[in-house]
Parts: sequence; structure tokens; C-alpha cells
Amino acid sequence: MSPPLLEARGISKAFRGAQALSGVDLTLREGEIHALMGENGAGKSTLIKVLTGVHPPDAGTIQWEGRPIQPRTPHEAEGHGISTVYQEVNLVPNLSIADNLLLGRQPTRLGLIRGGEVRRRASASLTRLGLDLDVRAPLGSCSLAVQQMVAIARALDIQARLLILDEPTSSLDEREVATLFSLLGRLKEKGLAILFVTHFLDQVYALADRITVLRNGARVGDYPVAELPRLRLIEAMLGREFHPVSPATDAPRSDSPTPPEAFTPLLEARGLGRSGGMNPVDLSIHPGEILGLSGLLGSGRTETARMLFGVDRPDQGSLRINGAEQEIRSPREGLRLGLAYCAEDRKAEGIIPNLSVRENLILAVQAGRGPLRLMGRAEQETLADHYIRALNIRTASRETPIRNLSGGNQQKVLLARWLALQPKLILLDEPTRGIDVGAKAEIERLVASLRGAGTAVLFISSDLEEMVRNCQRVAVLKDRRKIGELAGADITPSGIMRLIAHHEG
Amino acid sequence: MKDDPTLPRQPRLRAWFPGGSLLWPLAGLGALLLFNLVFATGFFRLELRDGHVYGTLVDILNQGSKAMLLSIGMTLVIASGGVDLSVGSLMAISGAVAATAVAKGTVPFGAAVGAALAAGGFAGLCNGFLVAVVRIQPIVATLILMVAGRGIAMLLTDGQIVTFEHPAFVFLGNGHLAGLPFTLFLVLLSLGATALVMRRTAAGLFLESVGDNERAAALCGISGTRVKLWVYAFSGLCAALAGLVATSNVKAADSSRVGEMMELDAIFAVVVGGTSLTGGRFTLLGSLIGAILIQTLTTTLYNLGLEPAIAPVPKAIVVVGVCLLQSSRFRGELSGWLRSRRAAA
Repeated sequence: MSPPLLEARGISKAFRGAQALSGVDLTLREGEIHALMGENGAGKSTLIKVLTGVHPPDAGTIQWEGRPIQPRTPHEAEGHGISTVYQEVNLVPNLSIADNLLLGRQPTRLGLIRGGEVRRRASASLTRLGLDLDVRAPLGSCSLAVQQMVAIARALDIQARLLILDEPTSSLDEREVATLFSLLGRLKEKGLAILFVTHFLDQVYALADRITVLRNGARVGDYPVAELPRLRLIEAMLGREFHPVSPATDAPRSDSPTPPEAFTPLLEARGLGRSGGMNPVDLSIHPGEILGLSGLLGSGRTETARMLFGVDRPDQGSLRINGAEQEIRSPREGLRLGLAYCAEDRKAEGIIPNLSVRENLILAVQAGRGPLRLMGRAEQETLADHYIRALNIRTASRETPIRNLSGGNQQKVLLARWLALQPKLILLDEPTRGIDVGAKAEIERLVASLRGAGTAVLFISSDLEEMVRNCQRVAVLKDRRKIGELAGADITPSGIMRLIAHHEG
Repeated sequence: MKDDPTLPRQPRLRAWFPGGSLLWPLAGLGALLLFNLVFATGFFRLELRDGHVYGTLVDILNQGSKAMLLSIGMTLVIASGGVDLSVGSLMAISGAVAATAVAKGTVPFGAAVGAALAAGGFAGLCNGFLVAVVRIQPIVATLILMVAGRGIAMLLTDGQIVTFEHPAFVFLGNGHLAGLPFTLFLVLLSLGATALVMRRTAAGLFLESVGDNERAAALCGISGTRVKLWVYAFSGLCAALAGLVATSNVKAADSSRVGEMMELDAIFAVVVGGTSLTGGRFTLLGSLIGAILIQTLTTTLYNLGLEPAIAPVPKAIVVVGVCLLQSSRFRGELSGWLRSRRAAA
């Protein structure tokens, strides 16, 4: 048997102390479509960036047709025949399709670009892919699928033998996905190796020959698609050994109370949806209840939370808070009704990096009081000190800029920001992502204590064990739709996984 | 430039004016003064004539008062993550409004000043609307009034230079109080009032959080739109005040000349003062020092007999130097380089 096209062995990479990849192997063969799967933070992007020369690996070897290579730049990787198309198409929207295809390689005469020749070559390379497009049209006027295909055509034009696609379908609609897939099928027949990253399970099973699963920077395994049923794939991604029933963690929860159906729910959503965001969803949360939102990445968990808080305005359905019909059109209105939303992306939507721990912590409380009634300095310091002690926030002082804190401590400051509001319902979107184990446990204890205080919690986490430990009820989402709900003793990792795997979208 | 141990460190003032370190603009200013102490005779001489203090230092503060006033508003705009290029033109509008009103002779002076300030504030609000609601990039949005503003001022004055001899108006830019130029008090009053509003209400905190991370601030219920409307309107108000001073200086509303290129001095002052152009933390005191530094430089070059046309070149060099010194990364690389040089020697 000829050597595989690409064989990576023991790839390791750390960023500022955080191990992104540890000893990962990957084997790609000609004429094979290979899916790279894993939840956020599993190391998929890092692996791709190592293969394409964006990041040099700390350890490990890459063999290309049996010979070792060490690409140092994407350009060098392209020289070997490794071409990448990123999630965000990085072409120039104002230029024509033809110009984009040949950008940087345009045929010239006396230093001037030969426009006719550019168009002729561009049409030729598109025709080879079975695409019939007007190459003079500006790229920006084309659909995302077409842009994606132009990016692929450009990648192939440099005689690529391995095509890497990073989430090619995340912004495409169904018909566009079908077009893209038939193109990938033809490329496969021509003997190209294709490595693609996606979060959509159905697409993996429709297209891929093999699957490599990563979790927490390590390789879980490399399987032929036929030998990896969906349930096992989900388990591999989410990190549980495959046992039909695991008695240790699937034991009924000791503290499963009867759902307080008799009381008015604190929040009740009926058919709440947003076109282009989330399909209509029904949800209810009672005071003192922890409702989990579970599902794979891209299933609509964050979209649901953002809709409830008014970040993205829902355009259908109704929402009741304490039995009264409400419309939440902005975070301000959400806050006024006693909601608080701890966003998933700490850096982009959480911390105010250059302000101090104290200022970050009091910000939401102060915003609620309006600009004119500034909290006294003593009051601010008392509040900050209280939460720094209560949540065990490790910071040099309360005046340290929050960007100097570790991720876990930043997260605790943000939780304190929302808790200081004493909200009736707090939406926690991945509150434990990217933080160390100790801080995780502390945050879970905190969530449990909130429940005791009568606060309702909407809890979102990719970690199923965490969902099981913390939630009384779990709503399971798939493909931006709610597909079911589990309560009490039925909440088990395998129960959630089975629901996701067996639900026909 | 090394750390000058004689420079005062003012922890109490710093609490009122947080933001970048004031050390570097002060060091720049100190170096300039030192240069003048050595090379310019009479630079520090002050004399008392008719009960008024005269001298180069007083001139600098008096001349620089317009840039200082502009830099107060500009600091807040830059803290919000934007920039206001229209302030020079708004000075012309304000001057034209006040001068035409005063020249008529029937309008009370207070009403003329009020109208000029209102015009500036309203024009600033228009800037704010374009930036915050229409979401045009600040540099483009304020460019509109920068270009159109002088035309509007010309319309108000019928293209004429409107002169006046109104005593109160003339006093505004030329009068003395307790022996010192009145403009000095105007600047201190404006700065003090602004600092008071920014630090004794939550306005400063909201402004800094919007400038530092607008999306995170929005989730806290702070409206970036509202904050931006306010700061641009306030910048317009400051520009109007500076326009009144400039118009009073020459006892005429010269719409094509007043406040020319002043927007750049104001931006320089803010940046040199230590407020980052990317928004967030701001320091009003730093901007004030920055404005004084720029004016000291201008005056120094003038005293050296440098042609006004050439003066911008050394000015640019000093601005770049102070900005580089503020960058901790540059300082780190510089000291690393010096150390390696010393090790090699």
C-alpha cells in the first residue's frame, strides 16, 4: 500500500501555558473525505493551523507522501499542495470572480494585467469544477455558497492535493450545501484528499469516509464512518466512555424534586422564535429551578438565551414573566424585568478589559441606577470586596485591570456583576468554559446556592456531566429546534445523547 | 528622556483623572521648558504691568486656551472610540452666530453667547446622530461638518468678516481677572465642571465602558448610542466656547480663518496627554497638559524665529516622540536595546 498522503504524528502545541494539542495523530489518504470533529476548544483549528504552517508545532512530525515536511507559512504549505478555505471567505468582495480566482497570479503583459486572459483562465478553472458562473460579476454580489466555491476553485488552481475546509457549511442554506457537497464528491473522485470541519452530524454521515475525533486537545480516535454510529460519535466528542448504561453517573439524582408545576413559572416562552436565528421554542422556568439547555454546538443554545434577554429581538411567539405578557426588546428591558445574561464569549461580551475589577463588578448595578446616582466609593468597595471574598476571586487588588486576571477569575468577576443585581433569573451561557477545574467547582457550588435562594437559572454547558450535576430539567436542542425535555432521574448523559442521536431532523 | 525625579506625582489628582500615566506628557513638557531655560533668554520672565502679569508663560496659557477648551470635548469623544474633526469649523459657526448677533446691537450679550453655544451643541448633536444612530464611521461623519461648517458660518455672515467692539465680548478673549488672562479661568472652570460631572456621576464610568467594550456595556444595560450622542454634543459645546474666545481675540468673526487646523491640535493634545485613540480610559488632566505642551512647542519654535510654514515638522517629531514614550512596549524595546549596547561595550 502506498504511504498515506499526509501523516501527522504526535503533534503538540501550547499557547501561553495552555496545551491546545497534545500528541495528536492524523492520517489522510488520497480520494478520502475526512471529517475532523470535536466540541469548542477540542483543538480542531489549532491542528489545521499546524498543518497549514500558521503555527509551528512544539513537537511532532508531518510526513507528506512519506517525506517529512515543516511548513512555516501558509504559502509554503500551498507549495506542497495543501490548500485551505476558511470559514469566513477571505477574498476581495469588490473584485470580480475572475480577479479573485487569479489574485496575485494574474497573467501580465508589459507589467499590465491581461483582462481577457484572466477571464478566460478563470472560466476554464470554474468549468473544470462544473460551475457555470459569470466571471465578471463582483464576488460580493454572489451568494455565500458561490463565494465558498470560488474560494475552493482558487485553492484547487494551485494544484492542491489536500483541501482543508474549516466549517464550509456553517453559513450556507440547504440547497447551497447540496451544491457544495456534489462538488466535493467530484473532487474526491479526482483523487483529492479533503479534510473538513463541521458541527452538523448529518453532513458528516452524508459525506465523510473517515472521522477523526478530538477532545481537549487530544485525539479520541480515527474511525471509518460505517463503524461509528451517531451515538458513539457524540459520546466521543463529549467525553464519555461508551457504556450502554453507566451505573455510577446514570444513577437517579437524589435531589430531584417534583417540578413545581403548580406555581406560575417565572418565565414562560411560547413559540418564541427569530427568523434566521432560532425556530419557535417553548420554555418555562420556575423560581428556584435550574433549567439546562443542552445540545451540540450550533444547536441554538446561545441563540435562545440571547432571544430571552432581548439581545436579539424575537419576531414571533410570546413571553410571560411572572404570568404577565412582556416584550423584551433590549438588554436594558431584560435587566429591568430581573433577568441577567452572562454571555458565552467572555472577551467580546463580558469584560471591559481596561477597567478595574471593582468597576467591572459594579457596572451593571450602577447602570440600573442610571448615570446621575453614582454609588459612593465606599459602597462600591464594599460590594467589590464582598464578592471578591464570597467568590474567592484571586486578584492583586480590587483596582487591578480585569484583563490581568486569569480566565476563571475574570469569569467570577462577571458572575459577581450579575449576582450583585440579585436577578430573578440568570442566564448562564457556558459559565465554566476555559477555566480551571477548581474555579469550575466553585462556580457549580455557586449555581446550587442560587437555587436555594430562589433564583431561577438557565444553565448552558457543553459538558454533559455538568448538566446532569446541576440541572433539574434539561431542554434538548438540535438544529435550532427544541427536540425534547428531560427531568429528574431521566437526566443522564446517555439520555441526552440518545435524544440528539435518534431525533430525525 | 529619563524619568525626572523632580516631577510631582499626584496620587490624589490621579484618582480624579485616571487614564494613562501623566508622567510622559509632563516629562515632554519639562524637557521643552528646560530647553527654553537654556536657550531662550527671558522665557521665564514675568512682569507686572497695569496690574496684569505679562510674559511668555502667560502667553502660552492664553494662546493655548482654545486648544485646551477643544481638547476637553475631544477627550470624551476619543474615549468613546471616535474622533471629532468638525471642531475647527464649529468654532467658526459659533463665532459667526455671536458676532452677527452682537453686531446688530439689539441682542443682549447673554443671548448671543447662548445662541452661539446652542449652535455648537446642536451641530455636535448632529455629529452624534450620524455616528451613533446612522452608524457612519466617526472620521467620515464629522468630516461632513468639518467641510460644510465653514460654509454655514459664511452664510450667517454673508461672506463678510463681521467686526465688533462690544466690550463684554472683547473681554471674553482679551480681558484680565486678578491679573491673569480671563481665558485661563474659562479653561479651568470648564475642565473642573467636566471632571466633576465625569467623576462624581457615573457618566465617566459609562463612557469608559462603552469606549472599551461597547457590546459588553450593552449587556449591562448601558446604551452606547445615548453615550455617543452626549459626547459629540458636548464636544460641539466646547468648540463653540473656543470659537467665542477665538472670535473675541481678533474682535471679528472671520469664518474662513478662525479655528483653522485646530481640530488637529486638539487631537494631538488628547493623544499626547495619554488617552488612547482606541477608546476607553481617558484623562482630562493629561489632555490639558498635552494642549499646553503643543502650545509651548509652537511658541518655542516661533521664538526661535522658525518660519511658521516649517514649524509643523518639529511639532510632528515631538508628538511622535511623546507617543512612543507612552507605549510601554516601545520603552521596553528601547531599554532592551540600550542594555544590549551597554553589554556589548
